[in-house]
Amino acid sequence: MRLLRLFPDDTKIPFMKWRKWSFLFSGLASVLCFVVLYTHGMNTGIDFQGGTLMEIQTKSGPANLEEIRSTLDGLGLGEVQVQSFGADDDVLIRIARQEGGDEAQTAVVGKVQAAFGDSVDYRRTEVVGPRVSGELAENGILGIISALALIMVYVWFRFEWQYSLGAVIATLHDVVMTVGFFAITQVEFNLSSIAAILTIVGYSLNDTVVVYDRIREMRRKYKRLNLVVLLDLAINQTLTRTTNTALTTLIALAALVIFGGEVIRSFTASMLFGVLIGTYSSIFIAAPILIFLDPQLAGDKSAKKVEDDGEEAAEPA
Amino acid sequence: MLYFSRWKVTAILLTIFVALVVLVPNYLSSDQIKNHWPSWLPGRQVVLGLDLQGGVYLLYQVDVDDYKQKRLKALEGDIRQAMRDEPRIGYTGLGIQGDVVQLKIRDADKVTEAAKRLGNLLNPLSTGALGGAAVSEFQLDQGSDGLMRLGFSEAGLDKRLGTVVQQSIEVIRRRVDQMGAVEPSIQRQGSDRILVEAPGEKDPERLKNIIGRTAQMTFHLVDLNVSPDEAAKGNLPPGEILLKQKEEGGIPMVVDETPLMTGEDLTDAQTSFQSQTNEPVVSFRLSTSGARKFAQVTTDNVGRLFAIVLDDEIISAPRINEPITQGSGQISGHFTVESANDLAVLLRAGALPAKLAVAEERTVGPGLGADSIAAGERAALIGTVAVVIFMLAAYGLFGVFANVALVVNLILIMAIITILQATLTLPGIAGIVLTMGMAVDSNVLIYERIREEQRLGRSPVSAIDAGFRRAFGTILDANITTLIAAVVLFQMGSGPVKGFAVTHVIGIVTTMFTAITFTRLVVATWVRYRRPSVVPL
Repeated sequence: MRLLRLFPDDTKIPFMKWRKWSFLFSGLASVLCFVVLYTHGMNTGIDFQGGTLMEIQTKSGPANLEEIRSTLDGLGLGEVQVQSFGADDDVLIRIARQEGGDEAQTAVVGKVQAAFGDSVDYRRTEVVGPRVSGELAENGILGIISALALIMVYVWFRFEWQYSLGAVIATLHDVVMTVGFFAITQVEFNLSSIAAILTIVGYSLNDTVVVYDRIREMRRKYKRLNLVVLLDLAINQTLTRTTNTALTTLIALAALVIFGGEVIRSFTASMLFGVLIGTYSSIFIAAPILIFLDPQLAGDKSAKKVEDDGEEAAEPA
Repeated sequence: MLYFSRWKVTAILLTIFVALVVLVPNYLSSDQIKNHWPSWLPGRQVVLGLDLQGGVYLLYQVDVDDYKQKRLKALEGDIRQAMRDEPRIGYTGLGIQGDVVQLKIRDADKVTEAAKRLGNLLNPLSTGALGGAAVSEFQLDQGSDGLMRLGFSEAGLDKRLGTVVQQSIEVIRRRVDQMGAVEPSIQRQGSDRILVEAPGEKDPERLKNIIGRTAQMTFHLVDLNVSPDEAAKGNLPPGEILLKQKEEGGIPMVVDETPLMTGEDLTDAQTSFQSQTNEPVVSFRLSTSGARKFAQVTTDNVGRLFAIVLDDEIISAPRINEPITQGSGQISGHFTVESANDLAVLLRAGALPAKLAVAEERTVGPGLGADSIAAGERAALIGTVAVVIFMLAAYGLFGVFANVALVVNLILIMAIITILQATLTLPGIAGIVLTMGMAVDSNVLIYERIREEQRLGRSPVSAIDAGFRRAFGTILDANITTLIAAVVLFQMGSGPVKGFAVTHVIGIVTTMFTAITFTRLVVATWVRYRRPSVVPL
């Protein structure tokens, strides 16, 4: 049986030659992410804003969004969002945080239920009070930072500090891109999005570490090889592995996005995006950034030339 | 790397066998487990999260301000009483100012005596006998001109709050135990929060009603000489308050502020039916001292009304027709059987020591839960099958090995979840599917390495050996970094997110086992029996 191979053996793709372009692209994309984040912000869900979310299902036929909206407007609950959710009899209602404390928030559910009575099925209700929402946001940010710090320490311990820094920069790049993904698509950013980001951090690092591992091995083997050549060689040698793993992970994630249901779609969709970015960054950011971080890694006179080369290039994002 | 001692092979196969045995109860009904499954075998089933089986997640916050006000009010009463003791001490301006109760002693030479009396009200909570500092609930600040201020001490308030949370948990547990049906977990969270999780609960509103009610029951004498309208304008005689009726449209009533008796005097409460009207009522029994008090009060006040008040709302206000001396009575208030039942439960379980507010509430109906299970299962099946097909196409026979490892991996993950009784949530299922996708990474790493080694001219056995050996370090580093991120997620997460972290962490660990040990065993066995001249990669 002939086996499926996406790339021929001994590919000699000059990845490092493209590094100026990849840095430029990533740099611009990062700037764009920040700009959109600043101008549009994220569509933060009730987890971080406080408020009420209810998923209802009409019992007779497709839901009439207009009617539901006007019923809710009549309750005087402030800003109310009504949207179809997956099926046409499934409706998601978001109600902004109410004035007042925790009790004002939970009272909303009672009002909505009184308004619709038994005509709908209440599939899901989430109420987050103002105090809890602040803490959740804080914990989420803290989680991402502590994960990055711990990983930096581990990579530093197993490799050298340049790798550690490179891995973290590449991962940070993925985090920025994913945050940008949320800002641009306006997909709801909630607790599970933090989970998605942390998973992306894990995946991207996994990928980066595999490439770094090969670079380290090559450096021990070919002590006098030019770093640029060496990096290209290492990436080409691990290319099939990188793409095959990315593919199986993407296949699994695609199954989740398509069949896993509406409830976790923002979670799975952002992970799908993140895995793509993570794969890209391992090859195009994590590896070439080593050239900038320490030319001496090459342990060769040619390193001098690389350094000059590096100074010409744009600073990485 | 390709040699396995007999005991190692046995250990690997035994692990898988044990995992399979652990999984069996998941496919049995609880009756079957009870009657047919040997009791010495593990009989646990996977715990489904609230999002999969439906249920309620309620995070309650103790209303600290309300509790403080309540305590200060009680303190104010105590102070009034203390100053009234003979010889009386004159004072002015007794009242609650923010977080303190203050008063001014009129007579300068009585200040010392007043301070002494107030000192007795500080309510010591621990004596400091065992080396710790003595902690009192309140502290006394003496100002000039006989000004006295009593406020909470910081340590005292912390200690009181701790007790309040503990007591609240006990009361909640008594209440839900008596409700029957659900088996919620009730835990303390942080310093002033209580988390109630009730999987499978179909009536969240009722549960909230039962848990969140303070259920402070009091009996007050009604004053019919003051009209409610006058009272609403603020013309209330001292020591009396205006309370509204629970019944909608009921006329508010003016009652004595000091209750005749409280819920603490009750020893039992049950639902029963009134003999004439057959209306559901709650009948209660009083403690011996409560019965004596009640007999005295009813003897002294025949003909008057007394209001039965629950959480500042009048449930009913019957007339005292004759002295009630037998220590029991009935509360009627247009109850349904369920609401009478609920009230009886609340009265039996006692009042909450402080108001509780819902800080976070997540409810999933059983319909959505079932849909989510179906969606999760479908995604898991399709995702796994797709990965299996890809691995077959990419690695042929070795793809089969990887796929067997994948199935073993899945068995191990589910078995560990079952043993640990970790909660499986929808994001948790996503975690498993993601693991399926990432798990083959280790196989890919090893296979690509074997391929490379073979192309460098090594013999099959030596290429396979080198492949496993060299890939090992990479697999370890790659998985540990992923593991770090997953563990952080586990630490910070709650609910569904934690569910994802759990399966993700378990998946990474089992993946290392299946890739490094199980796949190696399969490949080694294959090499031994086939003695291949080429590795088909």
